[in-house]
Amino acid sequence: MTYTSQSVARLYFIAALGLFAGQILFGLIMGMQYLVGDFLFPLVPFNVARMVHTNLLIVWLLFGFMGAAYYLVPEESEQELHSPFLAKLLFWVFLVAGALTVVGYLSVPYATLAKITGNSLLPTMGREFLEQPTLTKLGIVVVALGFLYNIGMTILKGRKTAITLVLFVGLLGLALFFLFSFYNPDNLVKDKFFWWWVVHLWVEGVWELILGAILAFILIKVTGVDREVIEKWLYLIIAVTLITGIVGTGHHYYWIGTPEHWQWIGSIFSGLEPIPFFMLMVFAFNMVNKRRRQHPNEVASLWAVGTAVMAFLGAGVWGFLHTLSPVNFYTHGTQITAAHGHLAFYGAYVMVVLAIISYAMPILRGRTANGPRAQGLERRGFWMMAIAMIVITLALTGAGVMQVWLQRMGATPLGFMQTQDELRVFYWLREGAGLLFFVGLLAYFGSFLVKDEARVAV
Amino acid sequence: MKERFTVGMARNIFYGGGVFFFLVFVGLSFGTVRDLPKRDNSQNLTPQVAMGKKVWEENNCIGCHSLLGEGAYFAPELGNVYLRRGPDFIKSWIQSQPTEVAGRRQMPQFNLSEAELDAVVAFLKYTSGIDTANWPPNIEG
Repeated sequence: MTYTSQSVARLYFIAALGLFAGQILFGLIMGMQYLVGDFLFPLVPFNVARMVHTNLLIVWLLFGFMGAAYYLVPEESEQELHSPFLAKLLFWVFLVAGALTVVGYLSVPYATLAKITGNSLLPTMGREFLEQPTLTKLGIVVVALGFLYNIGMTILKGRKTAITLVLFVGLLGLALFFLFSFYNPDNLVKDKFFWWWVVHLWVEGVWELILGAILAFILIKVTGVDREVIEKWLYLIIAVTLITGIVGTGHHYYWIGTPEHWQWIGSIFSGLEPIPFFMLMVFAFNMVNKRRRQHPNEVASLWAVGTAVMAFLGAGVWGFLHTLSPVNFYTHGTQITAAHGHLAFYGAYVMVVLAIISYAMPILRGRTANGPRAQGLERRGFWMMAIAMIVITLALTGAGVMQVWLQRMGATPLGFMQTQDELRVFYWLREGAGLLFFVGLLAYFGSFLVKDEARVAV
Repeated sequence: MKERFTVGMARNIFYGGGVFFFLVFVGLSFGTVRDLPKRDNSQNLTPQVAMGKKVWEENNCIGCHSLLGEGAYFAPELGNVYLRRGPDFIKSWIQSQPTEVAGRRQMPQFNLSEAELDAVVAFLKYTSGIDTANWPPNIEG
């Protein structure tokens, strides 16, 4: 660790991993509810489990992004963090707000939560992924502002690199587009139209800048390739991301009451969205092949390359699978969407956070890299989780294809619930793979506890 | 290529491309918002419909159901449920939950008032009138 203030990242990373475990537990509960409909009912109805599953994902990824920023910005800026105290304070504010929100989801009916948090004053609740009480949303804004101030001041005072600038633009965009979550008109079409300004412009827009910046940082560190080369790639990749991805929002505007020219615009631009992910993959392989040194933290390189590959598969290939409007007409709102969502989020965002944790955590714990036994266990965790997520994706894709066939094609379509009964074999496969994922997660956690000789020298 | 194509050029493509296409998107969005009244059924957006949307949101219906294909995929699509089942069925269905059939997916009892039930039905009726370019492919959603 070059700068002592980088150590605040450790708090963020630990919280992120704890919430990650919670997310997976609720995923397993939901997977079970797909098979045994009344599992844990009425204690944890499906809608509550899903809200906890998706909201924990968002919150822990945000913890991961913030931890990554607190770690890499001082090092890039060659400057101590502007205010380590503020970083710690905001950590606790965010953690407590997040925990209270989840406790609220689990302990009272959602309508009661809406009432006691004053949703009527500014109704923003009850929309997918934005279920948080308005008060929590305001808390997120406050934390984001304080965080941006802290990071922004550090960047301003020090060396400005492509990585810190891109990261900052991404984080700024994240905060700005979140403001659309406060816009909730009675007109459902308008509501949905601008809901995507948060959801799409996050995950297929500004989050990709954050992803690119973190990945570029890791690759510079573990390969020793010239910063010049890596920065050029970074700018090009995210340029193509924004050129295709912003107007690519149109692939959500096919069937929600928006004009039909979006079917053309959305298909063309989002059809190009796999390109930046392909570039990211070429970039990662290229840099690792051209490496000028063998960094002792080999598993961090594995995570970095793995991120690029899995992001390409999940966001690129599985996104393309159902993005063209004539295809999407049949697949919209089926398990195909769920398949894409799982692999894309895991490949792009979960893995990049685990990659920076894999690189930075040993250093935060006072060593350049973990010893061979710890790295071996982490590697096993990597493969178990990756394979499990691919099996989950394939199972959900199978379920989705069959769902489209039974429910939406042919002369005598089945009803929704009848169709669901036919998909059970896929849901069993998904739940089994989910358990493998959980075992992989435990192996990954176990790698933090292994005591063996740390590798120190580079 | 390495010498000719500098970091500065790559950066300019990023900023230029990003800003340009964001402006294009904002322009397209203005056009869409202007044209929405032709398709969004807003002429039928009564205070009762608005209340129904709030009941829909405050009971987190989207946590199991999809609405115009967006939401969760655990329970049926409801954008066209008004056409599929009709108003009376919707009301009595919500009132009779949970079914408590062992092993089946369960919908909670939300204890809605008569006015809230009517509002939800009005909201789903309004939703079914939105011009969705003929989606879903059939009445099953």
